[in-house]
Amino acid sequence: MSIPLPSSGLLTEPISEDKLTVSIGPQHPGAGHFRFMITVEGDTITDCVPDPGYVHRGAEKQTEYRNYVQSIPVLERSSLTDVTNIIMPFCMAAEELMGVQIPPRAKYLRMIMSENQRIISHLYWLGIQGIFLGHSTMFMWPLGDRDVLIDLGQMLGGARITYSYVIPGGVRNDLPSGFKDKAFKVYDYLESRLKDYERMFFSHPLFLKRTRGVGVLPRDEAIKLGVVGPVLRASDVRSDVRIDEPYNFYDEVDFEVPTFKECDTYARCMVHLIEMRQSMRIIRQCLEKMPQGPVRTKVTMTQRAAAGEAYSQVEASRGAMSFHVISTGGPKPYRTKISVPSFRNLIALPRLLIGSHVADMPAIYWSLDYWPVEADR
Amino acid sequence: MAESATGTDVPSREQSISSEFSQFGEKAKVAFTKKNRLKVMVRREDLVDIATFVRQKLMFDHCTNVTGTDFPKEKELEITYHFGSTDGAGLRGMILSLACRVPSGDPTLPSLISIFPSADYHERETAEMIGAIFTGHPKLGRFMLPEDWSDIPPMLKAYRLPGRLEAE
Repeated sequence: MSIPLPSSGLLTEPISEDKLTVSIGPQHPGAGHFRFMITVEGDTITDCVPDPGYVHRGAEKQTEYRNYVQSIPVLERSSLTDVTNIIMPFCMAAEELMGVQIPPRAKYLRMIMSENQRIISHLYWLGIQGIFLGHSTMFMWPLGDRDVLIDLGQMLGGARITYSYVIPGGVRNDLPSGFKDKAFKVYDYLESRLKDYERMFFSHPLFLKRTRGVGVLPRDEAIKLGVVGPVLRASDVRSDVRIDEPYNFYDEVDFEVPTFKECDTYARCMVHLIEMRQSMRIIRQCLEKMPQGPVRTKVTMTQRAAAGEAYSQVEASRGAMSFHVISTGGPKPYRTKISVPSFRNLIALPRLLIGSHVADMPAIYWSLDYWPVEADR
Repeated sequence: MAESATGTDVPSREQSISSEFSQFGEKAKVAFTKKNRLKVMVRREDLVDIATFVRQKLMFDHCTNVTGTDFPKEKELEITYHFGSTDGAGLRGMILSLACRVPSGDPTLPSLISIFPSADYHERETAEMIGAIFTGHPKLGRFMLPEDWSDIPPMLKAYRLPGRLEAE
Protein backbone atom coordinates (compact mmCIF):
# COMPACT_ATOMS: atom_id res chain seq x y z
CA MET A 1 0.00 0.00 0.00
CA SER A 2 1.42 3.33 -0.84
CA ILE A 3 -0.02 6.47 0.61
CA PRO A 4 0.72 9.62 -1.35
CA LEU A 5 2.34 12.30 0.71
CA PRO A 6 2.97 15.82 -0.52
CA SER A 7 6.56 16.58 -1.44
CA SER A 8 9.04 17.78 1.14
CA GLY A 9 8.57 21.28 2.43
CA LEU A 10 12.21 21.57 3.39
CA LEU A 11 13.70 22.59 0.08
CA THR A 12 15.40 25.93 0.03
CA GLU A 13 13.18 28.40 -1.68
CA PRO A 14 14.42 31.26 -3.83
CA ILE A 15 14.91 34.28 -1.66
CA SER A 16 15.09 37.95 -2.34
CA GLU A 17 18.24 40.07 -2.26
CA ASP A 18 17.93 41.06 1.37
CA LYS A 19 16.94 37.61 2.68
CA LEU A 20 19.18 34.66 3.25
CA THR A 21 18.28 31.09 4.15
CA VAL A 22 20.72 29.35 6.47
CA SER A 23 20.75 25.68 7.39
CA ILE A 24 21.81 25.14 11.01
CA GLY A 25 23.01 21.57 11.60
CA PRO A 26 22.53 18.65 11.25
CA GLN A 27 26.14 18.16 12.31
CA HIS A 28 25.56 18.86 15.97
CA PRO A 29 24.43 22.49 16.18
CA GLY A 30 24.83 22.26 19.92
CA ALA A 31 23.81 18.93 21.27
CA GLY A 32 22.52 16.14 19.11
CA HIS A 33 21.99 15.84 15.39
CA PHE A 34 19.23 18.13 14.32
CA ARG A 35 18.75 20.68 11.59
CA PHE A 36 16.69 23.78 11.37
CA MET A 37 16.48 26.18 8.48
CA ILE A 38 16.28 29.84 9.31
CA THR A 39 15.63 32.77 7.02
CA VAL A 40 17.36 35.94 8.07
CA GLU A 41 16.81 39.50 7.04
CA GLY A 42 19.77 41.44 8.29
CA ASP A 43 20.20 40.27 11.86
CA THR A 44 16.58 39.24 12.37
CA ILE A 45 15.21 35.74 11.94
CA THR A 46 12.06 35.88 9.81
CA ASP A 47 11.35 32.17 9.41
CA CYS A 48 12.35 28.91 11.03
CA VAL A 49 11.61 25.37 9.83
CA PRO A 50 12.73 22.55 12.17
CA ASP A 51 13.83 19.32 10.47
CA PRO A 52 14.04 16.55 13.08
CA GLY A 53 14.65 12.87 12.37
CA TYR A 54 18.41 12.57 11.86
CA VAL A 55 18.64 10.22 14.82
CA HIS A 56 15.32 8.44 14.39
CA ARG A 57 15.91 4.77 15.24
CA GLY A 58 12.40 3.42 15.34
CA ALA A 59 12.36 2.69 19.07
CA GLU A 60 8.57 2.34 18.98
CA LYS A 61 8.71 -0.25 16.21
CA GLN A 62 11.47 -2.17 17.96
CA THR A 63 9.34 -2.68 21.08
CA GLU A 64 6.85 -4.64 18.93
CA TYR A 65 9.56 -7.26 18.39
CA ARG A 66 10.66 -7.59 21.99
CA ASN A 67 9.21 -8.72 25.28
CA TYR A 68 8.47 -5.96 27.77
CA VAL A 69 11.69 -6.47 29.71
CA GLN A 70 13.77 -6.70 26.53
CA SER A 71 12.49 -3.33 25.34
CA ILE A 72 14.12 -1.49 28.21
CA PRO A 73 17.69 -1.23 26.88
CA VAL A 74 16.32 -0.08 23.51
CA LEU A 75 14.12 2.60 25.00
CA GLU A 76 16.70 4.03 27.36
CA ARG A 77 19.04 4.71 24.46
CA SER A 78 16.54 7.24 23.19
CA SER A 79 17.40 9.57 26.01
CA LEU A 80 20.85 8.96 27.36
CA THR A 81 20.88 11.88 29.76
CA ASP A 82 17.54 10.84 31.18
CA VAL A 83 17.41 7.04 31.05
CA THR A 84 15.41 6.41 34.23
CA ASN A 85 12.63 8.76 33.31
CA ILE A 86 12.08 7.35 29.84
CA ILE A 87 11.83 3.75 31.08
CA MET A 88 9.68 4.44 34.11
CA PRO A 89 6.42 5.26 32.28
CA PHE A 90 6.93 2.23 30.05
CA CYS A 91 7.34 0.02 33.12
CA MET A 92 4.31 1.66 34.75
CA ALA A 93 2.21 0.92 31.66
CA ALA A 94 3.50 -2.67 31.53
CA GLU A 95 2.74 -3.14 35.23
CA GLU A 96 -0.77 -1.79 34.76
CA LEU A 97 -1.41 -4.22 31.90
CA MET A 98 0.18 -7.14 33.75
CA GLY A 99 -1.64 -6.31 36.98
CA VAL A 100 1.61 -6.17 38.93
CA GLN A 101 1.92 -4.15 42.14
CA ILE A 102 5.40 -2.95 43.01
CA PRO A 103 6.79 -2.89 46.59
CA PRO A 104 6.94 0.48 48.42
CA ARG A 105 10.72 0.37 48.72
CA ALA A 106 11.00 0.03 44.94
CA LYS A 107 8.89 3.14 44.51
CA TYR A 108 11.27 5.12 46.73
CA LEU A 109 14.27 3.74 44.86
CA ARG A 110 12.67 4.76 41.59
CA MET A 111 12.24 8.28 42.94
CA ILE A 112 15.86 8.44 44.09
CA MET A 113 17.19 7.32 40.74
CA SER A 114 14.77 9.52 38.85
CA GLU A 115 15.69 12.67 40.78
CA ASN A 116 19.41 11.91 40.57
CA GLN A 117 18.88 11.57 36.84
CA ARG A 118 17.11 14.91 36.71
CA ILE A 119 20.14 16.59 38.29
CA ILE A 120 22.49 14.82 35.86
CA SER A 121 20.38 15.95 32.92
CA HIS A 122 20.09 19.53 34.20
CA LEU A 123 23.85 19.77 34.81
CA TYR A 124 24.47 18.63 31.25
CA TRP A 125 21.97 21.23 30.07
CA LEU A 126 23.69 23.89 32.15
CA GLY A 127 27.12 23.10 30.72
CA ILE A 128 25.87 23.48 27.16
CA GLN A 129 23.92 26.63 27.98
CA GLY A 130 27.13 28.04 29.49
CA ILE A 131 29.18 27.44 26.38
CA PHE A 132 26.35 28.72 24.16
CA LEU A 133 26.52 31.99 26.05
CA GLY A 134 30.29 32.10 25.64
CA HIS A 135 31.02 31.18 29.25
CA SER A 136 33.52 28.34 29.08
CA THR A 137 33.88 27.98 32.86
CA MET A 138 30.19 27.23 33.06
CA PHE A 139 30.78 24.43 30.58
CA MET A 140 33.61 22.89 32.62
CA TRP A 141 32.12 23.12 36.11
CA PRO A 142 28.73 21.41 35.65
CA LEU A 143 30.14 18.70 33.42
CA GLY A 144 32.83 17.99 36.00
CA ASP A 145 30.36 17.96 38.88
CA ARG A 146 27.99 15.80 36.85
CA ASP A 147 30.54 13.02 37.10
CA VAL A 148 30.14 12.88 40.87
CA LEU A 149 26.42 12.26 40.41
CA ILE A 150 27.07 9.70 37.70
CA ASP A 151 29.32 7.91 40.21
CA LEU A 152 26.40 7.89 42.62
CA GLY A 153 24.10 6.49 39.93
CA GLN A 154 26.74 3.88 39.19
CA MET A 155 26.76 2.80 42.84
CA LEU A 156 23.04 2.14 42.62
CA GLY A 157 22.61 0.99 39.02
CA GLY A 158 25.95 -0.62 38.22
CA ALA A 159 26.59 1.27 34.99
CA ARG A 160 27.41 4.91 34.40
CA ILE A 161 24.78 5.95 31.89
CA THR A 162 22.51 3.13 30.75
CA TYR A 163 21.79 1.26 33.94
CA SER A 164 18.36 -0.24 33.06
CA TYR A 165 17.65 0.20 36.74
CA VAL A 166 13.88 0.42 36.54
CA ILE A 167 12.27 -2.80 35.32
CA PRO A 168 8.66 -4.04 35.24
CA GLY A 169 7.95 -5.15 38.79
CA GLY A 170 10.28 -2.75 40.60
CA VAL A 171 13.97 -2.00 40.38
CA ARG A 172 16.93 -4.25 39.71
CA ASN A 173 18.72 -4.07 43.04
CA ASP A 174 18.60 -2.58 46.50
CA LEU A 175 20.79 0.21 47.86
CA PRO A 176 24.41 -0.84 48.30
CA SER A 177 25.96 -0.35 51.73
CA GLY A 178 27.28 3.13 52.34
CA PHE A 179 25.03 4.67 49.67
CA LYS A 180 23.16 6.93 52.06
CA ASP A 181 26.30 8.50 53.55
CA LYS A 182 27.85 8.97 50.15
CA ALA A 183 24.65 10.49 48.76
CA PHE A 184 24.38 13.04 51.58
CA LYS A 185 28.02 13.97 51.04
CA VAL A 186 27.55 14.36 47.29
CA TYR A 187 24.43 16.49 47.65
CA ASP A 188 26.08 18.70 50.30
CA TYR A 189 28.89 19.24 47.83
CA LEU A 190 26.47 19.99 45.01
CA GLU A 191 24.52 22.46 47.18
CA SER A 192 27.70 24.45 47.69
CA ARG A 193 28.54 24.21 44.00
CA LEU A 194 25.10 25.52 43.01
CA LYS A 195 25.85 28.59 45.11
CA ASP A 196 29.08 28.99 43.16
CA TYR A 197 27.18 28.64 39.90
CA GLU A 198 24.78 31.30 41.00
CA ARG A 199 27.56 33.73 41.87
CA MET A 200 29.60 32.91 38.82
CA PHE A 201 26.95 32.59 36.13
CA PHE A 202 23.34 33.19 37.10
CA SER A 203 24.00 36.65 38.52
CA HIS A 204 26.60 37.56 35.91
CA PRO A 205 25.65 40.73 33.98
CA LEU A 206 26.52 38.99 30.72
CA PHE A 207 24.12 36.13 31.46
CA LEU A 208 21.37 38.53 32.48
CA LYS A 209 21.82 40.72 29.40
CA ARG A 210 21.69 37.76 27.05
CA THR A 211 18.71 36.01 28.60
CA ARG A 212 16.34 38.61 30.08
CA GLY A 213 13.50 39.47 27.72
CA VAL A 214 14.89 37.05 25.13
CA GLY A 215 12.64 34.37 23.65
CA VAL A 216 9.47 35.29 25.55
CA LEU A 217 6.75 32.61 25.46
CA PRO A 218 3.61 34.06 27.11
CA ARG A 219 1.52 31.86 29.37
CA ASP A 220 -1.48 31.43 27.07
CA GLU A 221 0.71 30.55 24.11
CA ALA A 222 2.68 28.01 26.13
CA ILE A 223 -0.57 26.24 26.99
CA LYS A 224 -1.89 26.49 23.44
CA LEU A 225 1.30 24.98 22.00
CA GLY A 226 1.23 22.21 24.60
CA VAL A 227 4.81 22.69 25.80
CA VAL A 228 5.88 20.85 28.94
CA GLY A 229 8.35 20.80 31.78
CA PRO A 230 10.70 23.67 32.61
CA VAL A 231 9.53 25.56 29.49
CA LEU A 232 5.92 25.51 30.68
CA ARG A 233 6.82 26.34 34.28
CA ALA A 234 8.97 29.26 33.14
CA SER A 235 5.84 30.55 31.39
CA ASP A 236 4.11 30.87 34.75
CA VAL A 237 2.18 27.59 34.72
CA ARG A 238 2.46 25.50 37.86
CA SER A 239 2.24 22.19 36.07
CA ASP A 240 4.22 19.12 36.94
CA VAL A 241 3.11 15.50 36.59
CA ARG A 242 4.60 14.86 40.04
CA ILE A 243 1.86 17.03 41.57
CA ASP A 244 -0.84 16.76 38.90
CA GLU A 245 -0.96 12.98 38.91
CA PRO A 246 1.41 11.83 41.67
CA TYR A 247 3.07 8.52 40.92
CA ASN A 248 5.43 6.58 43.23
CA PHE A 249 5.38 8.54 46.52
CA TYR A 250 5.60 12.10 45.22
CA ASP A 251 2.50 12.96 47.22
CA GLU A 252 4.35 12.09 50.42
CA VAL A 253 7.42 14.28 49.98
CA ASP A 254 7.69 18.06 50.16
CA PHE A 255 9.04 19.95 47.21
CA GLU A 256 8.37 23.15 45.37
CA VAL A 257 7.52 23.58 41.73
CA PRO A 258 9.23 26.76 40.56
CA THR A 259 7.35 29.13 38.26
CA PHE A 260 8.36 32.49 36.83
CA LYS A 261 6.32 35.35 35.47
CA GLU A 262 9.05 36.49 33.07
CA CYS A 263 8.36 33.68 30.52
CA ASP A 264 11.79 34.29 28.93
CA THR A 265 15.11 32.47 28.55
CA TYR A 266 16.21 33.74 31.97
CA ALA A 267 13.14 32.14 33.57
CA ARG A 268 13.78 28.84 31.81
CA CYS A 269 17.37 28.83 33.09
CA MET A 270 16.32 29.65 36.65
CA VAL A 271 13.72 26.87 36.65
CA HIS A 272 16.49 24.38 35.91
CA LEU A 273 18.63 25.72 38.75
CA ILE A 274 15.82 25.58 41.30
CA GLU A 275 14.73 22.12 40.18
CA MET A 276 18.17 20.72 40.94
CA ARG A 277 17.84 21.91 44.55
CA GLN A 278 14.33 20.48 44.79
CA SER A 279 15.49 17.12 43.43
CA MET A 280 18.13 16.92 46.16
CA ARG A 281 15.46 17.77 48.69
CA ILE A 282 13.28 14.92 47.42
CA ILE A 283 16.15 12.39 47.49
CA ARG A 284 17.07 13.33 51.07
CA GLN A 285 13.47 12.76 52.16
CA CYS A 286 13.29 9.45 50.29
CA LEU A 287 16.47 8.17 51.93
CA GLU A 288 15.03 9.00 55.35
CA LYS A 289 11.50 7.72 54.77
CA MET A 290 12.25 4.58 52.80
CA PRO A 291 10.88 1.41 54.46
CA GLN A 292 12.72 -1.92 54.48
CA GLY A 293 11.42 -4.67 52.24
CA PRO A 294 11.70 -6.26 48.83
CA VAL A 295 12.57 -4.13 45.81
CA ARG A 296 10.89 -6.10 43.06
CA THR A 297 7.92 -8.27 42.30
CA LYS A 298 8.81 -11.12 40.03
CA VAL A 299 7.97 -10.48 36.41
CA THR A 300 9.20 -13.21 34.09
CA MET A 301 10.87 -12.51 30.78
CA THR A 302 7.89 -13.82 28.83
CA GLN A 303 5.15 -12.55 31.11
CA ARG A 304 2.01 -11.73 29.19
CA ALA A 305 0.09 -8.51 29.59
CA ALA A 306 -3.69 -8.45 29.53
CA ALA A 307 -5.34 -7.22 26.35
CA GLY A 308 -6.12 -3.55 26.63
CA GLU A 309 -4.29 -0.30 26.73
CA ALA A 310 -2.49 1.86 29.25
CA TYR A 311 -1.46 5.49 29.14
CA SER A 312 1.16 6.38 31.71
CA GLN A 313 3.04 9.58 32.30
CA VAL A 314 5.86 10.84 34.49
CA GLU A 315 7.69 14.11 34.89
CA ALA A 316 11.00 13.54 33.13
CA SER A 317 13.87 16.03 33.26
CA ARG A 318 12.56 17.89 30.24
CA GLY A 319 8.87 17.59 31.04
CA ALA A 320 5.95 15.21 30.82
CA MET A 321 6.95 11.89 29.26
CA SER A 322 4.06 9.64 28.36
CA PHE A 323 3.64 6.18 26.92
CA HIS A 324 0.57 4.76 25.24
CA VAL A 325 0.97 0.99 25.24
CA ILE A 326 -1.55 -1.24 23.47
CA SER A 327 -1.52 -4.96 24.23
CA THR A 328 -3.38 -7.82 22.57
CA GLY A 329 -2.57 -10.19 25.41
CA GLY A 330 0.87 -11.33 24.30
CA PRO A 331 4.33 -11.00 25.83
CA LYS A 332 5.20 -8.09 23.53
CA PRO A 333 3.45 -4.75 23.15
CA TYR A 334 1.20 -4.55 20.09
CA ARG A 335 1.91 -0.84 19.77
CA THR A 336 3.94 1.59 21.84
CA LYS A 337 3.59 5.30 21.30
CA ILE A 338 5.97 7.56 23.13
CA SER A 339 5.30 11.24 23.62
CA VAL A 340 8.61 12.76 24.63
CA PRO A 341 8.99 16.24 26.08
CA SER A 342 11.63 17.31 23.55
CA PHE A 343 9.26 16.59 20.68
CA ARG A 344 6.46 18.48 22.39
CA ASN A 345 8.69 21.48 23.07
CA LEU A 346 10.01 21.61 19.50
CA ILE A 347 6.83 23.33 18.35
CA ALA A 348 7.87 26.37 20.41
CA LEU A 349 11.19 26.77 18.57
CA PRO A 350 9.85 28.53 15.44
CA ARG A 351 7.54 30.61 17.61
CA LEU A 352 10.47 31.84 19.73
CA LEU A 353 13.06 32.26 16.98
CA ILE A 354 10.95 34.22 14.51
CA GLY A 355 11.56 37.86 15.27
CA SER A 356 14.68 37.23 17.36
CA HIS A 357 18.24 38.23 16.58
CA VAL A 358 20.62 35.64 15.19
CA ALA A 359 22.91 36.16 18.17
CA ASP A 360 20.12 35.08 20.54
CA MET A 361 19.49 31.85 18.66
CA PRO A 362 21.79 29.53 20.68
CA ALA A 363 20.48 30.81 24.01
CA ILE A 364 16.85 30.37 22.94
CA TYR A 365 17.40 27.01 21.28
CA TRP A 366 19.10 25.47 24.26
CA SER A 367 16.79 27.04 26.83
CA LEU A 368 14.13 24.66 25.46
CA ASP A 369 16.46 21.79 26.47
CA TYR A 370 15.73 20.18 23.12
CA TRP A 371 17.45 16.81 22.93
CA PRO A 372 17.25 15.52 19.33
CA VAL A 373 17.89 11.87 20.18
CA GLU A 374 14.98 11.90 22.59
CA ALA A 375 12.68 13.78 20.22
CA ASP A 376 13.38 11.46 17.28
CA ARG A 377 13.22 8.22 19.29
CA MET B 1 -9.27 -2.26 21.73
CA ALA B 2 -12.58 -1.32 23.19
CA GLU B 3 -12.96 -2.35 26.80
CA SER B 4 -16.04 -2.21 28.89
CA ALA B 5 -16.13 0.30 31.71
CA THR B 6 -13.97 -1.13 34.45
CA GLY B 7 -15.10 -1.70 38.02
CA THR B 8 -16.90 0.48 40.47
CA ASP B 9 -13.83 2.31 41.78
CA VAL B 10 -13.86 4.84 38.94
CA PRO B 11 -13.94 8.28 40.61
CA SER B 12 -16.87 10.56 40.02
CA ARG B 13 -14.84 13.12 38.06
CA GLU B 14 -14.21 10.64 35.27
CA GLN B 15 -17.79 9.45 35.36
CA SER B 16 -19.18 12.96 35.11
CA ILE B 17 -16.98 13.73 32.08
CA SER B 18 -17.96 10.40 30.60
CA SER B 19 -21.65 11.18 31.01
CA GLU B 20 -21.18 14.47 29.13
CA PHE B 21 -20.72 12.41 25.98
CA SER B 22 -24.19 10.86 26.27
CA GLN B 23 -25.65 13.92 24.50
CA PHE B 24 -23.90 12.75 21.33
CA GLY B 25 -25.70 9.41 21.42
CA GLU B 26 -24.28 6.99 18.87
CA LYS B 27 -21.73 9.53 17.69
CA ALA B 28 -19.49 9.11 20.74
CA LYS B 29 -19.12 5.80 22.54
CA VAL B 30 -17.17 5.67 25.77
CA ALA B 31 -14.73 2.76 25.38
CA PHE B 32 -13.41 2.77 28.93
CA THR B 33 -13.27 4.88 32.04
CA LYS B 34 -10.59 4.39 34.66
CA LYS B 35 -8.73 6.58 37.09
CA ASN B 36 -7.59 9.73 35.25
CA ARG B 37 -8.19 8.09 31.86
CA LEU B 38 -11.14 8.16 29.53
CA LYS B 39 -11.36 6.87 25.99
CA VAL B 40 -14.12 7.78 23.58
CA MET B 41 -14.63 6.24 20.14
CA VAL B 42 -15.86 8.63 17.48
CA ARG B 43 -16.50 8.45 13.75
CA ARG B 44 -14.33 10.57 11.52
CA GLU B 45 -17.26 12.66 10.32
CA ASP B 46 -18.00 13.66 13.93
CA LEU B 47 -14.39 14.14 15.01
CA VAL B 48 -14.28 17.92 14.55
CA ASP B 49 -17.57 18.51 16.39
CA ILE B 50 -16.59 16.36 19.32
CA ALA B 51 -13.05 17.79 19.49
CA THR B 52 -14.56 21.28 19.54
CA PHE B 53 -16.81 20.20 22.40
CA VAL B 54 -13.79 18.75 24.24
CA ARG B 55 -11.89 22.00 23.80
CA GLN B 56 -14.64 24.51 24.49
CA LYS B 57 -16.95 22.81 26.95
CA LEU B 58 -14.79 20.24 28.70
CA MET B 59 -11.77 22.62 28.78
CA PHE B 60 -9.10 20.21 27.62
CA ASP B 61 -6.60 22.67 26.19
CA HIS B 62 -3.73 20.76 24.64
CA CYS B 63 -2.90 17.58 22.78
CA THR B 64 -0.36 15.39 24.55
CA ASN B 65 0.05 12.63 22.00
CA VAL B 66 -1.40 11.09 18.85
CA THR B 67 -1.18 7.32 18.37
CA GLY B 68 -1.70 5.62 15.04
CA THR B 69 -2.25 1.87 15.29
CA ASP B 70 -2.63 -0.56 12.43
CA PHE B 71 -5.15 -3.40 12.71
CA PRO B 72 -4.54 -5.39 9.52
CA LYS B 73 -7.13 -8.07 10.29
CA GLU B 74 -9.87 -5.47 10.46
CA LYS B 75 -8.21 -3.52 7.62
CA GLU B 76 -8.43 -0.43 9.79
CA LEU B 77 -6.19 2.18 11.34
CA GLU B 78 -7.01 3.61 14.74
CA ILE B 79 -5.92 7.19 15.26
CA THR B 80 -6.10 8.19 18.91
CA TYR B 81 -5.74 11.77 20.08
CA HIS B 82 -4.86 12.25 23.74
CA PHE B 83 -5.81 15.53 25.36
CA GLY B 84 -4.74 17.05 28.64
CA SER B 85 -5.80 20.15 30.50
CA THR B 86 -3.69 22.83 32.12
CA ASP B 87 -6.31 25.41 32.97
CA GLY B 88 -9.45 23.32 33.29
CA ALA B 89 -10.62 23.27 36.92
CA GLY B 90 -9.75 19.94 38.53
CA LEU B 91 -8.66 18.36 35.27
CA ARG B 92 -4.91 18.23 35.90
CA GLY B 93 -3.50 14.77 35.32
CA MET B 94 -6.57 13.66 33.41
CA ILE B 95 -6.07 12.29 29.88
CA LEU B 96 -9.03 12.18 27.52
CA SER B 97 -8.52 10.05 24.42
CA LEU B 98 -10.59 10.43 21.27
CA ALA B 99 -10.12 7.45 19.00
CA CYS B 100 -11.21 7.27 15.40
CA ARG B 101 -11.15 4.15 13.22
CA VAL B 102 -10.56 4.69 9.51
CA PRO B 103 -10.36 2.06 6.73
CA SER B 104 -6.79 1.25 5.65
CA GLY B 105 -7.73 1.86 2.02
CA ASP B 106 -8.95 5.38 2.72
CA PRO B 107 -7.12 6.61 5.81
CA THR B 108 -8.34 10.19 5.72
CA LEU B 109 -9.65 12.11 8.68
CA PRO B 110 -9.91 15.82 9.43
CA SER B 111 -6.97 17.59 11.00
CA LEU B 112 -7.60 19.06 14.44
CA ILE B 113 -4.88 21.70 14.43
CA SER B 114 -7.34 24.57 14.13
CA ILE B 115 -8.88 23.44 17.44
CA PHE B 116 -5.71 22.10 19.06
CA PRO B 117 -2.61 23.83 17.57
CA SER B 118 -0.49 21.57 19.78
CA ALA B 119 -1.53 18.56 17.63
CA ASP B 120 0.45 19.94 14.68
CA TYR B 121 3.71 17.98 14.91
CA HIS B 122 1.94 14.92 16.32
CA GLU B 123 -0.29 14.77 13.23
CA ARG B 124 2.68 15.21 10.92
CA GLU B 125 4.47 12.36 12.61
CA THR B 126 1.40 10.10 12.54
CA ALA B 127 0.78 10.87 8.86
CA GLU B 128 4.28 9.82 8.01
CA MET B 129 4.58 6.81 10.28
CA ILE B 130 1.21 5.15 9.68
CA GLY B 131 0.04 6.75 6.43
CA ALA B 132 -3.04 8.56 7.77
CA ILE B 133 -3.98 11.67 5.82
CA PHE B 134 -5.16 14.59 7.93
CA THR B 135 -7.23 16.72 5.57
CA GLY B 136 -6.80 20.41 6.20
CA HIS B 137 -3.29 20.11 7.61
CA PRO B 138 -1.16 22.59 5.67
CA LYS B 139 2.11 20.72 5.85
CA LEU B 140 2.03 16.96 5.75
CA GLY B 141 5.15 15.46 4.24
CA ARG B 142 8.55 14.17 5.20
CA PHE B 143 9.20 15.01 8.81
CA MET B 144 11.10 12.37 10.78
CA LEU B 145 11.96 9.79 8.10
CA PRO B 146 14.76 10.30 5.57
CA GLU B 147 13.73 12.45 2.63
CA ASP B 148 14.41 9.56 0.23
CA TRP B 149 12.33 7.02 2.19
CA SER B 150 10.50 4.98 -0.46
CA ASP B 151 9.03 2.10 1.57
CA ILE B 152 5.56 1.90 3.13
CA PRO B 153 4.95 3.83 6.36
CA PRO B 154 7.05 1.98 8.95
CA MET B 155 4.51 1.68 11.75
CA LEU B 156 2.16 -0.37 9.56
CA LYS B 157 2.25 -4.03 10.56
CA ALA B 158 3.09 -4.95 6.94
CA TYR B 159 6.45 -3.22 7.40
CA ARG B 160 8.83 -5.66 9.07
CA LEU B 161 12.12 -4.84 10.66
CA PRO B 162 14.88 -6.54 8.67
CA GLY B 163 16.57 -9.42 10.51
CA ARG B 164 13.93 -9.73 13.21
CA LEU B 165 11.53 -12.52 14.06
CA GLU B 166 7.79 -12.02 14.31
CA ALA B 167 6.35 -8.96 15.98
CA GLU B 168 3.36 -9.09 18.26
